[in-house]
Amino acid sequence: MKFLDEYRDPQAAASLAQAIHRLITRPWTIMEVCGTQTHALVKYGIDQLLPGELNLAHGPGCPVCVTPIPLIDKALEIARRPGVILCSFGDMLRVPGSGEHLLAAKASGAQVRLVYSPLEVVRLAQAHPQVEVVFFAVGFETTAPATALAILQAQQLGLANFSVLGAQVILPPAISALLDFPGHNLHGFLLAGHVCTVTGFADYESLAQRYQVPMVVTGFEPIDLLQGIYLCLQQLETGRVRVENQYLRAVQRLGNPTAQGLIWQVFELESRQWRGLGEIPASGLRLQDPYRQFEAQQRFGPVSTSPEPPSACISGQILQGRKKPWQCPAFGRGCTPSHPLGAPMVSSEGACAAYYHYHRQADASRDHGRALKD
Amino acid sequence: MCLAIPGEILSIQGEEPLTRTARVSFGGLVQEVSLACVPQAQVGDYVLVHVGFALNILDPAAAQQTWDLLRQLEKL
Amino acid sequence: MSASLPATITLAHGGGGRQMHQLLEQIILPVFSNPWLEARHDAAVLELPAGRLAFTTDSYVVRPLEFPGGDIGSLAVYGTVNDLAMCGARPQYLSCGLILEEGLPLATLVRLVQSMQTAAQRAGVQLVTGDTKVVEQGQGDGLYINTAGVGLINHALDIAPARVRPGDVVLVNGDLGRHGMAVMTVREGLNFETPIESDAAPLADLVLALIAAGIEVHCLRDLTRGGLASALVEIAETAQVHIRLDEKALPLHPTVRAACELLGLDPLHVACEGRFVALVPADQARPALELMRTHPLGAQAVLVGQVSPAETALLTLTTPIGTSRRLERASGEQLPRIC
Repeated sequence: MKFLDEYRDPQAAASLAQAIHRLITRPWTIMEVCGTQTHALVKYGIDQLLPGELNLAHGPGCPVCVTPIPLIDKALEIARRPGVILCSFGDMLRVPGSGEHLLAAKASGAQVRLVYSPLEVVRLAQAHPQVEVVFFAVGFETTAPATALAILQAQQLGLANFSVLGAQVILPPAISALLDFPGHNLHGFLLAGHVCTVTGFADYESLAQRYQVPMVVTGFEPIDLLQGIYLCLQQLETGRVRVENQYLRAVQRLGNPTAQGLIWQVFELESRQWRGLGEIPASGLRLQDPYRQFEAQQRFGPVSTSPEPPSACISGQILQGRKKPWQCPAFGRGCTPSHPLGAPMVSSEGACAAYYHYHRQADASRDHGRALKD
Repeated sequence: MCLAIPGEILSIQGEEPLTRTARVSFGGLVQEVSLACVPQAQVGDYVLVHVGFALNILDPAAAQQTWDLLRQLEKL
Repeated sequence: MSASLPATITLAHGGGGRQMHQLLEQIILPVFSNPWLEARHDAAVLELPAGRLAFTTDSYVVRPLEFPGGDIGSLAVYGTVNDLAMCGARPQYLSCGLILEEGLPLATLVRLVQSMQTAAQRAGVQLVTGDTKVVEQGQGDGLYINTAGVGLINHALDIAPARVRPGDVVLVNGDLGRHGMAVMTVREGLNFETPIESDAAPLADLVLALIAAGIEVHCLRDLTRGGLASALVEIAETAQVHIRLDEKALPLHPTVRAACELLGLDPLHVACEGRFVALVPADQARPALELMRTHPLGAQAVLVGQVSPAETALLTLTTPIGTSRRLERASGEQLPRIC
């Protein structure tokens, strides 16, 4: 497949790995923000090619991991109502709320439908006017234009039975919140390549300067990840701070104006709870007034604002890059992919699930060795 | 948080920007994709597709830059 | 179809009375016709030569009932036939239990029963006994099928995971992931222009050809739910060995590969229904592959892995960039993802 296979070339990967080894002179922690990048890093065993001094922290760019429990509970409540179909991406179906997850609810009779695109939800609503069709809209800026278009289509078609349970968030405030956290040890960032395809990266320039942290917009194939790491490392080793673009073929500095136009035509910002990170101002997308009739909370009642119940899950510390999954006392014991305590173990791109499936012992002993050296 | 795959535009259908779609080939697998975010896309372009939407047109010249940078590295 | 039969299955069709009799006489028995069924006895009496008999059973609950390249009927035949083939047995006779859901269109049942017979003919087996029940609407996915099968073992090999040795290699007869992707794309309503077709097929002929050629087959396993990874994890665990797969060698049709990329699925965990792995000594790989490639179901046979000694059983994959990662069984059904 063109624009994909070339970026899995073993020679190029080896060259980059060697260059990284030659360049590094001291320990650094680089956070890759995007869950899809986490998944790719472990899938290709990229960390096996990296020097021990380079620590990769896995960030909060996993919409599954950061969707708050009350929102999932609301989705479950809606799905269990007669005369309602709840549509969701596959990613969310196995994430437990305070009780069961959507797939289990489906097994006990709730109408839950897996969708691949938000436009399917519109078609479903059109085809079944007597049923309420609700879209559990999860995602970052990458997915927001598609959700926006679905809403515009629903409006054009005059659909009275279509609504959206909004769980969409944007990234820059979360990165800012991580860097505001006292005692964070994040030296550099790999920015989410596909988010930046939509948004561009101009917004990150002030962040990079304010916090003096280099950032590199990075793609998802092995060559992209290694090159992104190399460029970030280069900035760290030379004391430079700027936002660089590794993912040149897909990302421009100002992003895709048409896609952005769709987002801001339909949505506006609001404060939002991030599971594991707390409340972050101006980080969530909500429907603007002209589209408020499509807000599921207006039809089915508001999401509860009760605080997160205490749990053994330390996902907050994982998402902030302050702990590794294997450092969690519950990892692999009380908490496994089949019995997850928190979202990073459920989502296939969550750091904990990734570690559990792909590494476990090998990585634990390597990281443990490094921790002993520090 | 973004699985997006490159595919080649084989043909384009529709006039309205918001309802314009393309038949996109992913290594031979053909699917209908919304072009609402890329009004300037043409047949033969490669686009990145996420949840049935083309997010951006891939730039071969920029891709070449990536490889040039890699070549420079190999020479060091 | 007789005018006296209704358009859909009702509870009466499972009741043992007139409606059930009509269903059997007009729909089922004419399709499978053979002396055993014609005898209309409670059991089929089989005359079998002395020696080892392989015996297996499986139940089929696939949804949707029909998909490109197959349906629950052909699957129910091939699945059981293939389990027998994995012992190196020649499949002979099958039983068939049907659990019909009230409301199932009769036309659908006719198609599926016909499909079972076509599959049975292709596999060289006879359906000699069966049973029919009907459950209330909402208690089944239209149709569930159970088949059990017997096959004759005419070789002296002991084919089992315990026979796998360090130094063996892993061969697979063709490209991976077709069946699971075929079913999923229909079930989730994904509209690809050219549908992906299931690979469901009977494997006994190919397996028996390998054995007849004198290939020293240590272990065979057909790849079903859970895909290649799950099958090999089980073998590695039973044999207590390390199996190393080479990702670059894995055969994948471009459309199946693209579908997996688009949906974020791992082809190593996607079901096949006409694929098996054979673990043989390294020096038998070349003759085995040459033989397999002369057979229509082995045309793309390829070597995909190696067996080495291990303290703890392990299945790993060597990636295209030379790193390696551990593979586990599939955990639950794989769901398409957007992240």
